[in-house]
Amino acid sequence: MPAKIVETRPKPFNRVKIDPITLDIIENAMLNARWEMDAVLFRTAMSPGIREQGDAFPMIANLDGKMVVGQFGSFIYGFKEAYDGTIEEGDIFFMNDPYTCNGAVSHANDWLLLRPIFKDGRLVSYAAHFGHMTDIGGKVPGSLPTDARQIFEEGIRVPPTKIFKNDELQEDLFEVILHNCRMPQWNRSDFNAIIASLRTAEKRVLEMCERFGDDVYYSGLEELLDRNKRAMQKLIKDTIPTTKQSFEDYICDDGMGMGPYKIKCSLWREGNKAVFDFTGTDPQSIASVNFLLNEEMFKMFCGVYMIMVFDPQIMFNDGFYDLIDVHIPEGTLLKPNFPAALSCRTHALGRIFDVLGALLGQGNPDFLNAAGFSDSPHLMYSGHDKKGEWYQLFQIGFGGIPGRPFGDGPDGHSLWPNFTNVPNEFLEAYFPLRIEAYETIPDSGGAGHHRGGNAIHMSYRFLEDGEISIHDDRWLTKPWGVNGGTPGMRSTKLLERADGTKELLPSKCDNIVVKEGDLLHFNTWGGGGWGDPLTRDPEKVLFDVEAGLVSHDGAKRYGVALKRDGSVDEKKTASLRARMAKKRGKTQVFDFGGTIPELKKRCKRETGLEAPATPVFQSWNRGDEAAKPKRKAAARKKPAAAKKPAAVKKPAKAKKKATRSGVKRRKAA
Amino acid sequence: MSYRLGVDVGGTFTDLLLVDEKSGNIHTAKVPSTPHDSSIGVLNGIERVCKSAKINPKVITHVMHGTTVATNTILEMSGAKVGLVTTKGYRHVLQIARSFVPGGLGGWVIYNKSLPLAPLALTVEADERVGADGQMVGKLKVSSLERELRRLKKKGIEALTISLINSFANPKNEKEVARVAKKVFGRMPVSLSSEVVPEMQEYERTITTVANSYVRPKVEKYVRNLTRELGKKMGDVKLHVLRSDGGLASAKAAASHPVNLLMSGPAGGVSGAIWVATQAGFPNILTFDMGGTSTDVALVEDGKAQLRRETTVGDVVVRASSVDVRTVGAGGGSIAHVPELTGALRVGPQSAGAAPGPAAYDKGGDLPTVTDANVVLGYLPTAVRLGGDMEIRKDLAVKAVKKVADPLGLSVKEAAAGIIDIVNENMYGAMRLVSVEKGYDPRDFALMGFGGAGPLHANALGKLTNAWPVIIPPGPGVLCAYGDATTRVRDEASRTLIQKFHHTSPKELAGVCKKLAAQASKTLDAEGVPKKERSTSFEADIRYHGQGLSLTVTFDVADLEKKGLDLIGDQFDEMHKQLFTFALPEDKEVVNVRAVAQGEATHVSAQSVGRGSKSPAAAKIADIKVFIKGKDRKAVLYNRAKLKSGNVIEGPAIVQEMDSTTLILPDHAGTIDDYGNILINPL
Repeated sequence: MPAKIVETRPKPFNRVKIDPITLDIIENAMLNARWEMDAVLFRTAMSPGIREQGDAFPMIANLDGKMVVGQFGSFIYGFKEAYDGTIEEGDIFFMNDPYTCNGAVSHANDWLLLRPIFKDGRLVSYAAHFGHMTDIGGKVPGSLPTDARQIFEEGIRVPPTKIFKNDELQEDLFEVILHNCRMPQWNRSDFNAIIASLRTAEKRVLEMCERFGDDVYYSGLEELLDRNKRAMQKLIKDTIPTTKQSFEDYICDDGMGMGPYKIKCSLWREGNKAVFDFTGTDPQSIASVNFLLNEEMFKMFCGVYMIMVFDPQIMFNDGFYDLIDVHIPEGTLLKPNFPAALSCRTHALGRIFDVLGALLGQGNPDFLNAAGFSDSPHLMYSGHDKKGEWYQLFQIGFGGIPGRPFGDGPDGHSLWPNFTNVPNEFLEAYFPLRIEAYETIPDSGGAGHHRGGNAIHMSYRFLEDGEISIHDDRWLTKPWGVNGGTPGMRSTKLLERADGTKELLPSKCDNIVVKEGDLLHFNTWGGGGWGDPLTRDPEKVLFDVEAGLVSHDGAKRYGVALKRDGSVDEKKTASLRARMAKKRGKTQVFDFGGTIPELKKRCKRETGLEAPATPVFQSWNRGDEAAKPKRKAAARKKPAAAKKPAAVKKPAKAKKKATRSGVKRRKAA
Repeated sequence: MSYRLGVDVGGTFTDLLLVDEKSGNIHTAKVPSTPHDSSIGVLNGIERVCKSAKINPKVITHVMHGTTVATNTILEMSGAKVGLVTTKGYRHVLQIARSFVPGGLGGWVIYNKSLPLAPLALTVEADERVGADGQMVGKLKVSSLERELRRLKKKGIEALTISLINSFANPKNEKEVARVAKKVFGRMPVSLSSEVVPEMQEYERTITTVANSYVRPKVEKYVRNLTRELGKKMGDVKLHVLRSDGGLASAKAAASHPVNLLMSGPAGGVSGAIWVATQAGFPNILTFDMGGTSTDVALVEDGKAQLRRETTVGDVVVRASSVDVRTVGAGGGSIAHVPELTGALRVGPQSAGAAPGPAAYDKGGDLPTVTDANVVLGYLPTAVRLGGDMEIRKDLAVKAVKKVADPLGLSVKEAAAGIIDIVNENMYGAMRLVSVEKGYDPRDFALMGFGGAGPLHANALGKLTNAWPVIIPPGPGVLCAYGDATTRVRDEASRTLIQKFHHTSPKELAGVCKKLAAQASKTLDAEGVPKKERSTSFEADIRYHGQGLSLTVTFDVADLEKKGLDLIGDQFDEMHKQLFTFALPEDKEVVNVRAVAQGEATHVSAQSVGRGSKSPAAAKIADIKVFIKGKDRKAVLYNRAKLKSGNVIEGPAIVQEMDSTTLILPDHAGTIDDYGNILINPL
């Protein structure tokens, strides 16, 4: 049963004509409201992930639930389909279980709050906001257990629930939820902060209705949705060919010694519509790297990537959703069946952006960016200090922005919107550690006409005994370069014990015991290079060498020879470049730095770590009926699909372009 | 007999305001600015104003001056070659910055980052370490540092910045590095982060200190020249420069900590606005200062401007107190365009600036700007020119605006009206930032419009915000000079504490406050401000333990000792509720404490205009036509210089003066008050 909307004075809105200027003004006012939501949240939240790093996503939707302003697209349609209850004035819905909200949030750490906005007894809009909680209980501090096999191991799950009724907080319920978290005071504050942000949005929406009139507000939102649709229609027709193109990329491993996992997407145009098909993506993992990808959200990613270069000021919205079809096969890494574990979905989420960029760009290499989206590397560090107080750090790291048609990728910056790093002095003041180095790694960005951004090297000296967890990727596969650019450096983690012994840590691990005085070197990945490095202005290479961003030897990757006094040796450079160009031959659109079999073969030698084993996919039995959520999820309409073993999989055929050659590395379970 | 002089150097005019300290009488003068060496214009002005006051320049004891030298140095990237010393492992602190990429999801695709103010090639590391609690973890290795500094010397740096990790907690190693630097560089200016801004957060502290070094040589030179030239003419005169926070700094302090001057210009405007508004009887105002490329807005409550701990100039954001002026990239020069794909009308952020300028100025610009829209609509009349020598070409404005009118399917006038509506909406967004978003209701405020383009748009902004009356003070330049002449000597000292309430005591906090007060009043000692004319106030930045951003509460030390920490705690809860709708039961912590020492304000009375009748007919220049609300309407053009107190101007009307033009909309009327302000109210 879909949700029932209860209006005390139901009356349809009139669609009125709106002049273009008023429309632009409404657009501006909506944008202001959205920024205000973020401002309120960031100022009052406590989880450093939200507060300092900006891991939170606001949205205002029209009365049908279509996102008019926000970032990650609307999930309200799926929520309404799945929620078997009423939507009333004074309600605020709370949910964090991805399976019961159709992937509106993709792991349970993201707490989503949704507010229907009523005016004079009529529903006029929705506001929603979600943010990443530092901890929601479960088997490890931080609630992102690498070795979880079921979502039940990943902390408390809340299906769509009215946490406010009649604008009254359901305190008993809320306290039960908090009781399950390791840092309840943070969750409480973050929750309050999100509520404050929703109330701000509501205030602004009501003000706009007053200022323009309800019908104009309603019609303005409709028109804004239409405007996006028209723009996207043109873009789809102009840029997406009818012939099918495919691209595949990988997440390196699952944290349980198996990998890599393939994400494959094909794209073509059918009439007015763009079709994205994920057939060929690997089956779901038995570990927690699955990513329940909401189709609507994926449409938003596509739209934003397509339009960014044409009108960056646009307020991007859901209006074009009818123009994109997304097909994700059930039981795969991107549409796992309940109760598969989901907490470590960040790797696949990040990789989706690399796949998308390549897919949209390969037909038009001038607009193609190199790879950079490893994911968002996390470090957790927790324990009891000498005074017996619990400390718990959750930190997101950054790497190199890829080389792009627009220029070099910045070093050590964030690919995620509005994220910032945490000041190291802040870390040292609040957690028992010392950051001994915070610098970018020379030569870690891929060489190119536009250089990939450098990775970050961060050294944590632990001042208390405790445990750490690490979540990262791109340690086996490389951030690829494009149009002649070379791949960026892969990520590494090295633990230097106080006694001087050194241990390489895997890219994903939990419960690593650290002692006072141990030093962790956390190295992220570099961005891939864009364009032929042999055409980069030697003076720019020299500039980077003088800055220490590229080494003397690194300059040779650009075919640049330097004299003893440090200046460019033009003659030698010219001959070096000619030699290199001859040896290399014609540049390829993509440079992956080797096929998967090659990378696996060289793995131990190059990374010091064993190559991951070929994944084992188990046939997924949903198990005991009682474990299922009471409210049926919209995306799980066909229970029959769950009984099918999802694992039988044909080896992918080698594609000429954009795929690594002959992949025959998996066995059916 | 003693006089003080306020000087504002604008792009076109230099304005001066002479105040007789005893009687409070004033004299003003306006002379052309001399951009290549602004001291020439200043001296011309001094001659002019002294002549009209019939005084010898030597009786002027204080010169107060707001300057944009520091700001322009950053905007034009024309600062010094700055070397930087960081802690080992932190050489890339400016390169990484806060890892922030603007522009939302996918913003990285088009983002190009500007180069750091201190180039990486000129950044070296010192092997040393201080802990977060101020403990010495590693002593400075002097010999390797000296080697690095000598290398920098060879590269010809012009200023040096020292910014070490945790130096806010213990400046010992920074001082040690400075000692070595002195040995290597001799007299080169050196800025220490622990002196410029001793607060937590290494990137913010470093960029602030580097910005200080970056603008320092230019500002030093400017202040030195001006002091010398003034001295020649006036003998023993004291030059003061207006700080970003609206206080005055001595010439010496200004030259050594110029990072505090980055908002000197806008602060002068706000100070002047406060003074004018207070005289006119409106202690609560929103200021609206619209120029060629940007618009500054600020909120003034009870005659005091809101301050904030951040100053933004172009791409550079530094940690320095400034009047909480929000700037939007919307001004007379903002360019309108219609992206083909979406067909939306966008105004800015690109600006035609002064060159090539709006199309109507015929200086090579051919893109439609806000100014062109104003010309098309008749708000900027072309027939009569009162000030400046700029010719306005309506035909060129029409041609430019047509470029957006055609794709929108609108007439040129309708498109021009659209440009104005959208730019007004952008500025309204900035006004909301300083008002509603901070829990203030704009209806409780008057709105003061100034700057070259402010008076043209102020009436419309009044309609959007419902802040009445809209006050248009006479002459935007004079306004800043008022601000300069009427502000007080001010200095502050601050310290990062980061103490939970239950780990500190009122006594401990009061002790810190007293030390800071002594430190802050040193400047006033040097200025010879008598003790009885001083006041000291205290501020603490508070947050719930675990939050990232803090709120600033002000308090009295005696009260704190008497009433305990609840005095500030309750105030914080209250503010948190007002701003964010909730308070928390969590423990609070003190992040920073500041003492602010100020001298007494100067007594100045406003110049009054003569009394006249209700009718403004005597000031009428001509009948004109303006396009408002979809049609051409009759309007009257007035000469501001001839308006008298008591005149009432009904809209639509245009009031012209030397350096600005005021638009009064239909259904509104402007009343001239005793001081020549136009007070616009809805009918």
